[in-house]
Parts: sequence; structure tokens; C-alpha cells
Amino acid sequence: MPRLPAPPLPKILQPKPSRPGEQDENGRLSPAEAGITAVDWIDERTSLSGGLRWMLFRKVPRGVNWFYTLGSATLFAFLSQAVTGVFLAMFYRPDPSGSGAYASIRYITDDAFLGQFVRAMHKWGASVMIILIFLHLARVFFFGAYKYPRELSWIIGVVLLILTLAMGFTGYLLPFDQRAYWATIVGVNINGTGPFIGPFLSDFLRGGPEFGATTLSRFYAIHMLLIPGLMAALIGAHLYLVSKLGISAPPWLKVENEPELEQAEV
Amino acid sequence: MPGAFEGETVSRRRFMELVANGAGALTVAAFALPALGFALGPLASREPFDWQAIGPPTDFPEATYATKVLTIVQGVGEVGQTIAYVRQRDPAIDTEPEDQYNRWIALSSRCQHLGCPVRYVQAAARFICPCHGGVYDFRGLVAGGPPVKPLDRFYTRLNKATGLVEVGPRYSVNSELRRFAPRDPGQPLDGIGQYLYPARYSTSVIPSN
Repeated sequence: MPRLPAPPLPKILQPKPSRPGEQDENGRLSPAEAGITAVDWIDERTSLSGGLRWMLFRKVPRGVNWFYTLGSATLFAFLSQAVTGVFLAMFYRPDPSGSGAYASIRYITDDAFLGQFVRAMHKWGASVMIILIFLHLARVFFFGAYKYPRELSWIIGVVLLILTLAMGFTGYLLPFDQRAYWATIVGVNINGTGPFIGPFLSDFLRGGPEFGATTLSRFYAIHMLLIPGLMAALIGAHLYLVSKLGISAPPWLKVENEPELEQAEV
Repeated sequence: MPGAFEGETVSRRRFMELVANGAGALTVAAFALPALGFALGPLASREPFDWQAIGPPTDFPEATYATKVLTIVQGVGEVGQTIAYVRQRDPAIDTEPEDQYNRWIALSSRCQHLGCPVRYVQAAARFICPCHGGVYDFRGLVAGGPPVKPLDRFYTRLNKATGLVEVGPRYSVNSELRRFAPRDPGQPLDGIGQYLYPARYSTSVIPSN
């Protein structure tokens, strides 16, 4: 039903808007006011809102498009891997004996509630993350977004790519079936073909000259503690640089209203 | 004039900085170095390996290989096992010099391309790798495909007390069957390869007993 506009009232008769922190007739804050008060309490002590505003409300160039979401998509894949990985770790046993790793994976897949689903998310999410990180890399490369002043973002991104591949390599052993075992044998031996340090790197990965009792737990520790910690730190640095430097304009965007730049040699 | 007083060579502020930074570095080193050493420990510790009896000499003819399962890592079940193909030395074809450790030829099933298990096919008298098509002849020398060196071997001996053939640690060979400390698959031993891929301390040696 359409409402008629309110008759004009003189200012003195108009209801006053509520003030922050104002209580109702029972002396209570409204739920919205309570939330605002709590956020204000934190913000007064941390000044987080300034940093958030700096991070989220940046200027972006004209012409940004869906290709610019590939980095966020990769970040989302990483977060999904982290969450599903933490919960898989609650059921997984890094023990090479018959009742250990393989049996615990069987339990996750066959018996645990939603276990097959969460494991599948982790397994397929790993491939999705590799695909997304390469698409993101291709976007940055073909848009020329790695150029000055974003070289350091590129370098950190390449390290993140290598760490992601290392995650794939170390995670591949964990199901501990025949495929996982032999793929790891082959992978460690490929790594051993690096001259001079290759043989010692292989020893470090296996925890000895043969695939042995601690190889699986080594891979597990590298997979869920060492590399994820490094990646989280580097992703933080990557995002800081994105905020600090802003994102690059698409290469087809022409310079406008900047006569000096328009004449500059590029 | 570095110090506040006559004869001081370091100012108090600078001295405190050095002490604080030094104490910090010492504290970090106190946990970081042992932790790093712990993680790198396997490089500096040697894998124990004992002679394993695999059967009486009559089990091993000259013309074909007997398949024997060895345990190379204790306490991890099937993961620690590997296969040796064993036959008696045949002076007609085994031209490498004979000594007390090769009167039986024990070849490792580990393909020297990237470590998949090879299978002995008697009809062809060849070892064939399922992964990338490596082929070895009857003596374990590379006959085709990507492997970079012949199949690894194990030291063998006859235990006179029990009358059984025993298998010792692994060793690698180059294309002339010269013995080297074990190298991983994919690491060639001919020419410059033996220097590019140095021997590791962690591999087993012949037990003294």
C-alpha cells in the first residue's frame, strides 16, 4: 500500500535521530547499538579499522575485469585447503605400518561422517589450486603486471608457486597406497639428480638413505606445518604489496588527462 | 671520544646494544641449531645393515635368477622390504674380477632410472621396468631405455657355519661393473657422474662380523 508523504513539520517538532550509545526507555541498547559499541571498543584500542579501510577501500584502475579475481580465487583455494587439511589431520595417522596411514585414510573415506566429502574437497582442491595459481601467473604475465614497481610481488608469487608444488609433492605420499609410495620414490629420485646437493637433499627428505620409518612423518610435518606456515607468511607479504602498490591497469587502457604521461616514452 | 669517561673505548649505549644483541643471538642459536641438527641428523647417521640369510647355495642356479625378499629398513613392515634377484656367479659371462663378495650375483630390483621395481623376464633374459621402459640384460647392464647405470648389487657371501648364502649391503656399479658406494637411481657413475653425485655417509657399509 503506497504511503502518503508525511506532512511538513517545523524543525522543532521533528523527531530527533538517535545518538550513538543512546538507550531505549528500558535503559537498554538496541542490538545494533550493542554491536557498534563492541566494535568501537576494539577499534579504540587497536585502530584496526584504519588498516582495514586501507586494505579494502583502495582505488582500482578502470577496466579491471574477471581476470583480476584469479588471485583471490587462489587465496580461497588455499584457505579451503587449510581448513579441510586441519580437519583431515584430526583423523590421519602418519604411520607407515599396515594399521597406520593407509588404514586411517580408509577410515576417513569409508566410515567417518562426511569424511569422503572433506577428503575429496582436499584432494580436488589441491588440483584446483594448482590450476588457479597458474592462471593467476598467466594473467600477471600477459597483463605485464609484474613490471615496476611490482617485481617483488612477482618474486614472492613465484616462491608461493614453488611452495604450492611442494605441497602437492608432499601431500601425494600421505594416502600411502601403491601409487603414493612409488610416485614418492620416483619424485625423491628426480630431486636426487641435482648435482652435488641432490643426494643429500634426498637423504634429508627420506630421513635416511632408504625410504624408511620416518619418511612418512617427515613428509607429513613438511606438508602440514613447515610449508603452510611459510605460505601464510608469504601470502601476507603478497597481499600487503597488493594494497601498498595498488593493482595494475589492464594493458589496453590508454592514459587520459595526463599530458606528461601521454608523451612519455614507455 | 667513544666513551663517556677517560679511557673508555666503547660507549655504554653501544656496549648495552652489543650485549643485548649477543644475548638474543645466543638464545636463538640455543634452540635453532639443535633443532636444525635434529632435522638434518639422518644425513650424519649410518644405516645399520646385517647379513641376511637367503637360502642354501643349491637355491641359486647359474642360468636364471631366484627372487628373494630382503628387509632393508627394520620395523616398518612391507615398506622396508625390497627384492633381490640372485644367481650363482657364472665365470663364462661374469667378467668382473671375482672376490669373496660376488660368488653369488644379487641384483637389486631398483630401476636405476628413477627407482621403480624391475621384473625379471626369463624368456627374454632381461629385467624390465614398468614405469618408463628401462631394460637391463641378464647381467644387469643397461640394454635400453633411460637408466643411467646398471642395476645395483648386494654383497653376498657364504656363511660357513650355517651353510647358507647371505646378503649384505647394497653397492652401485658403473657400466664396467666397478663398485661404488650406493648412489640413488638417476645418478650416473660413468665419467664425471661419480664426482657430481658424491657418496653419502648415511649408506650402509659391510658389517665387520
